[in-house]
Amino acid sequence: MTAALFAVFQRDLRIALRRRADTGSALVFFVIVAALFPLGVGPEFGLLRRMGPGVVWVAALLASMLALGRLFADDHADGTLEQMLLSPTPLALLVLAKTAAHWLASGLLLALISPLLALQFDLGGEAAGVLFLSLLLGTPLLSLIGAIGAALTVGLRGAGVLLSLLVLPLCAPVLIFGAGAVESSLAGLGVAAHFSLLGAMLLLALFLAPLAAAAALRIALE
Amino acid sequence: MPPATDPTLELRDLACVRGRRRLFRGLNATLAPGQLLRVTGANGAGKTSLLRMLCGLLAPAQGQVLWQGLALPQVREAFHQQLIYLGHAAALKDELTPLENLQVAARLGGRAADEAAARQALADAGLSGREQAPSRTLSQGQRRRAALARLPLGTALLWVLDEPFNALDTTATAWLLGLIEGQLQRGGLVVLTSHQPVGLSEHLPQVMLAL
Repeated sequence: MTAALFAVFQRDLRIALRRRADTGSALVFFVIVAALFPLGVGPEFGLLRRMGPGVVWVAALLASMLALGRLFADDHADGTLEQMLLSPTPLALLVLAKTAAHWLASGLLLALISPLLALQFDLGGEAAGVLFLSLLLGTPLLSLIGAIGAALTVGLRGAGVLLSLLVLPLCAPVLIFGAGAVESSLAGLGVAAHFSLLGAMLLLALFLAPLAAAAALRIALE
Repeated sequence: MPPATDPTLELRDLACVRGRRRLFRGLNATLAPGQLLRVTGANGAGKTSLLRMLCGLLAPAQGQVLWQGLALPQVREAFHQQLIYLGHAAALKDELTPLENLQVAARLGGRAADEAAARQALADAGLSGREQAPSRTLSQGQRRRAALARLPLGTALLWVLDEPFNALDTTATAWLLGLIEGQLQRGGLVVLTSHQPVGLSEHLPQVMLAL
């Protein structure tokens, strides 16, 4: 069983590596959107510092939507999704392996590059660190919630827009606590509460999201 | 290699409804070890739907599919361990090589996938020299061969093949016929659809099912 999970995980990472243009485009999108705000608003440090956490988080949310559309769509188109449904390994675990690979090739990269973007908003070293950690906790959550949406819209025409409409509202709590953590760090308050809540949501999603996505995939492929 | 338990597949009073259309109803068939089930029918008669139903991808509108005497949902895991399904799509990842595709498919099916065996299977399929090429560079027939190379790997008891002879040339057709005969002689079961009357020799124990 672990062999099957590892095979799927490794396969998806390998595909992400061989399609660097696709993997990179979400990252470039993230950087550009976050860079447009300081350009548009002007170099007013106080304002940028106020906006920074929220803007970077919203940009990360939108960038992760970009990559999400292909999570199951490609597998559905070439028939490998059917093979996953016919595997003796439980589908929910395979979905988890796929989501993990997807996060490594999207969310993790967004989190890694976020301290650079924090510079544009004049966030200090500590706030940049908190931003990185909040994205590190939050982006897997976005991938997991997104997996449910991607599974529900697999095989539909115009799935991209529908997916965003479905998933973005569900991601609101992640955005609130993620950006909130950075804001309270800027205000000199503790960040433990925000991180605990993000962590709790992540644990819950780790358990529930693969089950929901697996159920959705079974329905979608009937 | 004689299987431990008696592998039989039984379709009991199956009905299929797609959208508002009833494709078939009251379908019964039993397949014993070493037998081939050949599904024939016009385009749109429900051949693919029937195969998907056999695999458990599609829930029957009525009736049930039994594997070794038990209804599919109860034996899903054990059943899928013994199943290889090849649908219309070749289930190949364009970015991966045929060798990588084959190994992932085998592991996903719960079978071991050592490289030597996988290479041998691809060579038998007539793909030697192309094992390391990206699958997107393969022709339609070669993709089909790469997908069919999964069959000789491992010892799945039940093969469900949707139009396996499509896009194959005469050499590959002969190779596939040999694989099917071997599987039947081992006591395995094969279910296939095909509209062409390919040379499945008469002496093979087969059950015909016309939709």
